[in-house]
Amino acid sequence: MSLLSVSDLRVDFNTRNGHTIAVNNIGFSVEKGQITAIIGESGSGKSVACYSLLGLLPQPPASIESGQALFEGQDLLQMSEAELRAIRGRDIAMIFQDPMTCLNPFMTIGDQLIEPLVYHKNLSKKDALARAKELLVEVGIRDPETTINNYPHEFSGGMRQRVMIAMALINEPKLLIADEPTTALDVTIQAQILKLIAELQTKRDIGVIFISHDLAVVADIADQIIVMEKGHLVERGNRETIFRDAQHPYTQKLLAAIPSNTKATSTKPPEPLVQVANLKTYFETPSQTVKAVDDVSFQINKGEILGLVGESGSGKSTIGRSILRLLSITDGTVTFAGTDVTALDKSGLKNMRRRMQMIFQDPYASLNPRMSVYDTLAEPLILHGLESRKTVEQAVLKLMDDVGLARAFIRKYPHEFSGGQRQRIAIGRALATKPDFIVADEPVSALDVTIQAQILDLMLDLGQQYGLTMLFVSHDLAVVRHIADRIIVLYHGKIVEEGSSEALFKNPQQSYTKTLLQSIPGQSLLAS
Amino acid sequence: MWRFIFGRLLQAVPVIFIVITATFFLVRAAPGGPFDAEKAVIPEVKAALERQYRLDLPLHEQYFAYLGDLVQGDLGPSFKYPGRSINELIESGLPVTAELGAYALLIALIIGGLSGILAALRPNTLQDYIPMSMAMIGICMPTFLLGPLLVLFFGIELDWLPVSGWGDIPGDKIMPSITLGAAYAAYVARLSRAGMLEVLSQDYIRTARAKGLPEWQVVIKHGLRGGMLPVVAFLGPAFAGLLAGSFVVETIFQIPGLGRFYVQAAFNRDYTMILGTTVFLSTLIVLFNLLSDIVAAWLNPRLRAQLSE
Repeated sequence: MSLLSVSDLRVDFNTRNGHTIAVNNIGFSVEKGQITAIIGESGSGKSVACYSLLGLLPQPPASIESGQALFEGQDLLQMSEAELRAIRGRDIAMIFQDPMTCLNPFMTIGDQLIEPLVYHKNLSKKDALARAKELLVEVGIRDPETTINNYPHEFSGGMRQRVMIAMALINEPKLLIADEPTTALDVTIQAQILKLIAELQTKRDIGVIFISHDLAVVADIADQIIVMEKGHLVERGNRETIFRDAQHPYTQKLLAAIPSNTKATSTKPPEPLVQVANLKTYFETPSQTVKAVDDVSFQINKGEILGLVGESGSGKSTIGRSILRLLSITDGTVTFAGTDVTALDKSGLKNMRRRMQMIFQDPYASLNPRMSVYDTLAEPLILHGLESRKTVEQAVLKLMDDVGLARAFIRKYPHEFSGGQRQRIAIGRALATKPDFIVADEPVSALDVTIQAQILDLMLDLGQQYGLTMLFVSHDLAVVRHIADRIIVLYHGKIVEEGSSEALFKNPQQSYTKTLLQSIPGQSLLAS
Repeated sequence: MWRFIFGRLLQAVPVIFIVITATFFLVRAAPGGPFDAEKAVIPEVKAALERQYRLDLPLHEQYFAYLGDLVQGDLGPSFKYPGRSINELIESGLPVTAELGAYALLIALIIGGLSGILAALRPNTLQDYIPMSMAMIGICMPTFLLGPLLVLFFGIELDWLPVSGWGDIPGDKIMPSITLGAAYAAYVARLSRAGMLEVLSQDYIRTARAKGLPEWQVVIKHGLRGGMLPVVAFLGPAFAGLLAGSFVVETIFQIPGLGRFYVQAAFNRDYTMILGTTVFLSTLIVLFNLLSDIVAAWLNPRLRAQLSE
């Protein structure tokens, strides 16, 4: 008998905007001791399906229309709230996507860790804390005696996800549901967390449902793979079949979206556009000086896309912002087309900003929610005097064509768009002033893989069309390889390695670069 | 943390100094004086009085003399209540006003907090609409209207509660406290509703539910702290409002508190009384704002970490 077997599950949403079928008659099973991956884009119903099993969906608007979910022979969907509560956190535990928001910021991690033990098993606080400390060691957190009294904000993202995992496993559940547990993490941390989940799963011989939008992530760990699209289950199979012999066009599209190819290098003679010399950007806090960027020199050639790779805190975003003078630098020079950017006065800077633009990571946060597409795109055009009030609408429409937004959307506001569409708006805004140089700061890391691929292709196309030079900042080597001509690897504010994309991937010189390369998920299957 | 408290206290010194200086010169700039009356006083008597109260000195000397006394904690003699010092008068009025304010604040926190939390648990249902409409009425209704209405209904029509006084007849403290606290209960209700709604939609609340905790534990243990932060931030300014509002309530219900001294002093040109009460109240307000910041930091570990840097 399967540990969990779901059949005919249908979940509907009734909202003011209408009726949608989020999960449409799907069935799957999870075996003890196996990892079952559910793959699909945002909105494919993969999370909804799993949340509905545990009664974690707000009803209304959600309603479970039909289905059966046998967990050890008992139907979860027929249980009362009290019965479900007894199963949640005891027999079935969950890990969520964003460890930054999923832990209570007002409670110490010790207090949060022991809750399931105290509540489900009636352990005394002292015994529960002892157990929590053991588990913290097991998930790789050192010095549990002190860390157990720390608050979530005192941990890094990866460490918080370890705490979440410890919390989920503390009652020795039989089934673990992990909802995009590594999506918010750096690629090296992602590799560690994936390894940890796989290890703990084997050791405890439990069933795992691993939800992700990214096939590459589950390539190394999943036993079974289920692919969902728009509420339907479109393909299922074991790992090898899915990767080698995918039948459904949607699965093939997901596989194709995994960035893997290296960009062809151009043969034009290099002509430097941006030169960064001995750049230092320090941040002063009352207790210490943080050397975010510590003596970095490089150049970006005309028409080139330079990839800047590193983990969170490596200083990669700070470099991008320092070049645009969005941050004040401590020392060094930045020369753009022969002009020293660091010495510009206010009006010189305004002129320069027209020629240097930025695309930010989070298209949800970087667009003003109270400005329509028209307002957002027209603002830089009018501000820099590139278009008059009369001609600006035509220019905006042209920009929308270029970035692939339908003209009908011109009066819509950011919240009416998906993440990928918003990033198109953000790219349009950056291109509006016809800049020579763009800093793209993790422009695709908040997006689903299929959308990622579209946005990357768009950026490549526009780069050629507009003759752009680009600094592409990312933590994701696979993405950078797809788009960049040359790559700089950054670690703790210093350049570790620099080289053409091809050379760096084929023959990395530094051990840190090798670690980064090994962290790219799904290489074993993709390579073959 | 201690450095933060000490720093804030140091900041309070110039604030209070500016309040004193501004009040001192503003009051003097107003026409008339404490001994101007419709009935003419013999010039010799007036001169003697003015000498007694140092009014014959040049203004700046009066100012420095007042500051000198103030540093020693002496708020000076009253002009209108001969033979009594401002310190004595504040001491006699303060306990009543403090008690009234404390009850009003308690009412605001308990009634407002509870109805806000209940509303947030079932948003956009009757459980939300009813307390929130009442809160809206509470905010719109001024104290000088609510007080007499309560008196009319509960005091005269139903004859349940005494209509005036403080501590003389059992139950005479109820209506003044409700009158003063009502508007604040309404604000607290709205703030706690908004705060709780915000917190209950957070991911960590879902984590708590996924642990299988019962709903009341999710709300109390995981929701309450974060949800109440806006209320705590409001308490400092609310305290200032309570003190100012107490004058109206003290007048309606004939309560011998500080608020009444304060306003009468302005009519009477009782210079030292105006100054004394202003200095005293502004010090209290600064302290209470500090207190509400400390409570907020105590509730919020992230803020605590920032402050101890």
